[in-house]
Amino acid sequence: MMKLLILIVVVLGILAVAQLARVYELTAKLRGKREEDISPADNRFNGRMMWVFGIAYFAFFLWLVLHYKDKMLPVAASEQGVETDWLMDFNWWILLVAFVITNVLLFWFAGKYIYSKDRRAYWQPHNNKLELAWTVAPAAVLAVIIIYGLQSWNNITSPASPDALVVELYARQFDWTARYPGNDGGLGATDFRLINGNNPLGIVTKESVAERIAELDAEINSSDSLLAHAILAATKQEELTEQVGRMRRNKTRIINLRTIMELDIAEKGEASPYLHGADDIVIKEFVLPVRKEVKILIRSQDVIHSAYLPHMRIQMNAVPGMTTTMKMVPTITTDSMRTIMADQDFNFILLCNKICGASHYNMQMPLVITSAEEYTVWMAEALKKPFKPLAVKEENEGAAPVATPIDTTVVAPATVAQLH
Amino acid sequence: MGAHSIAHADGHAHDVHHHEESFVSKYIFSHDHKMISKQFLVTAIFMAWVAVIMSLIFRLQLAWPGEGFAFTNFFLGEKWAPGGVLDPNMYLALVTIHGTIMVFFVLTGGLSGTFANLLIPLQLGARDMASGFINMLSYWFFFLSSIIMLSSLFVEGGPASAGWTIYPPLSALPKAIPGSGMGMTLWLVSMTLFIASSLMGGLNYVVTIMNLRTKGMKMTRMPLTMWAILLTAVLGILSFPVLLSAALLLLLDRSLGTSFYLSDIYIAGEALDHTGGSPVLFQHLFWFLGHPEVYIVLLPALGITSEIISTNSRKPIFGYRAMIGSILAIGFLSFIVWGHHMFITGMNPFLGSVFVFTTLLIAIPSAVKVFNYITTLWRGNLVLTPAMLFSIGLVATFIAGGLTGIILADSALDINVHDTYFVVAHFHIVMGMSAIFGMFAGVYHWFPKMYGRMMNTKMGYAHFWVTFVCAFGVFFPMHFIGLAGAPRRYYSYSEFPMFDGVLDLNILVTLFAIVGALAQVLFTYNFFYSVFRGPKAVQNPWKSNTLEWTTPVEHIHGNWPGPLPVVYRWPYDYSKPGKAEDWVSQITPLDHDEEEH
Repeated sequence: MMKLLILIVVVLGILAVAQLARVYELTAKLRGKREEDISPADNRFNGRMMWVFGIAYFAFFLWLVLHYKDKMLPVAASEQGVETDWLMDFNWWILLVAFVITNVLLFWFAGKYIYSKDRRAYWQPHNNKLELAWTVAPAAVLAVIIIYGLQSWNNITSPASPDALVVELYARQFDWTARYPGNDGGLGATDFRLINGNNPLGIVTKESVAERIAELDAEINSSDSLLAHAILAATKQEELTEQVGRMRRNKTRIINLRTIMELDIAEKGEASPYLHGADDIVIKEFVLPVRKEVKILIRSQDVIHSAYLPHMRIQMNAVPGMTTTMKMVPTITTDSMRTIMADQDFNFILLCNKICGASHYNMQMPLVITSAEEYTVWMAEALKKPFKPLAVKEENEGAAPVATPIDTTVVAPATVAQLH
Repeated sequence: MGAHSIAHADGHAHDVHHHEESFVSKYIFSHDHKMISKQFLVTAIFMAWVAVIMSLIFRLQLAWPGEGFAFTNFFLGEKWAPGGVLDPNMYLALVTIHGTIMVFFVLTGGLSGTFANLLIPLQLGARDMASGFINMLSYWFFFLSSIIMLSSLFVEGGPASAGWTIYPPLSALPKAIPGSGMGMTLWLVSMTLFIASSLMGGLNYVVTIMNLRTKGMKMTRMPLTMWAILLTAVLGILSFPVLLSAALLLLLDRSLGTSFYLSDIYIAGEALDHTGGSPVLFQHLFWFLGHPEVYIVLLPALGITSEIISTNSRKPIFGYRAMIGSILAIGFLSFIVWGHHMFITGMNPFLGSVFVFTTLLIAIPSAVKVFNYITTLWRGNLVLTPAMLFSIGLVATFIAGGLTGIILADSALDINVHDTYFVVAHFHIVMGMSAIFGMFAGVYHWFPKMYGRMMNTKMGYAHFWVTFVCAFGVFFPMHFIGLAGAPRRYYSYSEFPMFDGVLDLNILVTLFAIVGALAQVLFTYNFFYSVFRGPKAVQNPWKSNTLEWTTPVEHIHGNWPGPLPVVYRWPYDYSKPGKAEDWVSQITPLDHDEEEH
């Protein structure tokens, strides 16, 4: 009811304004004034309004700055963040000068030089000196901005040092998973075709490959028998056939992967990434030690996400099909930050900053920055539960020949071609 | 008709009453550029309202998350707004279609379609566009694409929801988001037609400007609107086909199982077949259009503003050649800056540095334009018509949005504000507000030319001041929401305690948005009332120099009843010393010893 009343008032208000304007129009007509003639009173009113607006604009700006300055992101908690914050402030001061000068001139002139019959505008088609001045001045300022900006950019994006800690962040709709290297110090290779309930990141190990092949075999068999014996709706049948085809192709590719893995292990021995996966820690916690450089690898399972750590001022997209990286050196522990913020519930947050679906707005994971000692303790605990696919029975694996890179997608069109 | 007028372009007297026209050939399948211009404008006003209502719906959700609104329920029904609470998938659909409609249908099709069509023949002294028929097709493709875009709102699964940038894989996989089903297909079909429309329009504009200028209308005597529209058309011709190819490849990925943009995807319990593609490729193709698109939207508005500020300051536009130079520079640079949308996609950091450099270079011609506008006002004799107010408003929004652009172009700073509300604030001010202010300015200024009647000035003032205040009220606080780290395209911010401090700003923004939308009711009323009932216009109400004001008030085919006008001077001889009046029409010959500028 209240809403209806408000609506009625608003509609009446607009109508009132419109009618008022019409009344003006009619009286103006009676006085012989044409619509395009802007009266001195109108000019004066709008000119004064320009000044009022200019002042209100700066006041609003100032109010926002003063009222919300403590509600902006708190002090940066990484070395990279400290650098960008400095750069940001530096840029703000330059921009503020330009903002004030241009706006003051704009609104001042707009109110000052209102029309008068007794005056003529100053004839000034161009002035090369002035134009040169305001081409060169912005160019010079921009040169400074570019130089400082690129310096920071290079610092932030240069490769991490070889002894940096390595952590992987894995994104999917709608959560994050972290992966830490186990005792061997390296992350194992991954393949999206190995993803299943036991292996959410698709880590490649001999066991996980064998398990996935066995699993696919079982699924293919059951789907085949369903297709052969059950009575299905046409669409369902089509869907299932397609699905089986996809599983067969996946299986072939996994068998190829197995060959590659075996060759790689034979060639590189212990250095092969295919041997490093078994002890990887796959965990829903994101913990890092303070003042230690960390190289964060970022991957995605389905669509593009973005790993954004606002308190660290770093961000990088998670793109399916490629690994992206960012590095940082955290400088403040979660505990110290809680003291700084006077908020015992404060947490650093990793959030998703690329539209990724319905629950995009709630795809988050807390980041805990600890002291080096606490990190060692946490890591020791985490190491006790490394990633491990279920052991697979040998007979299933033995059934498939080692290298049969026959792709059903290739076979099918060939048969069609023969028919013609 | 169109072809007929061209046949008469050699300067013969044109007989107005020669042939009667049917309703269909006059109002629907018209070849006349003035009618096509009006068709574009009215379609754009309708589309703008659709997009405004969408924005109100999601602004309500952002201000009071999870609360039910009869307004929301009225438009979306129980399926998408059970109990008036906006569904999260529909939220994404609304921001997507709001962006698509505003960027493409209102500010590209609507702005260029209206003013390029209206002004090119009139300001250059041509009987009509080079091809009236293609011009008509351009409108009808635009119309059809609007219909298809609107119809996508009614399909199962909802309209496209992957953001107006439709990044794959999200836009490619119906399993990722319901809007990527039929809704996305319709989006792509609609955009394909839109691009065809835009190309037909653009080619026509360029050909007409290059070939059909009247005697004496040298390139350097063209009004700045013409320069702006010329460059806009060239940008569109060069960049829209790239979007078309991006859309076609996406269609192939979606329907034929190719892998241009898709690789290594595991979704809904299944590993997909796609391997070897890259989602980043799509972004390169998209932004190769997407960035010039910003200037396709902005340049016509700047051109309109140049014309209106000069006319109503009764003073020549300051630095005419510098203005042309800056339009050319902006046009050229706009093609080599697209990577600044992609600093954090994993692009090579060195390549990022190159894009930082080229992007920040654009600030130079932009600054030149701003200073030139301000200097034009200096010691002018300002007639503050509603059009002039909106033009001054444009300069203000161009300053505010341009400056924050420098932050975003600086890759090191972009890392932290990328995809936050800071970006939303930036582009709404610099591209949304500036362009729409240019469009309003153009409508108020050329309304007498379009409809032969005057719009109500008092309502124009009320419209301007409320819109101007609300524009800043809506978008200025968004900078602060962004600097607090709040990402864009979030359905709600209440899941994160860190944003609690700026939640009240969301309410402030929504209140301004509601009031701002009401001001547009006033504008719409004023517009349609004046079309039918406004006071009759005189031939040259603003005492302007350009050729369109030498045509009769009543529209005729071929624009000028007698021979085409001959141009003797540039369009900015306002308050020229030694002249009795403070304006000299372009068709007035130079005095014996008069210098051109």
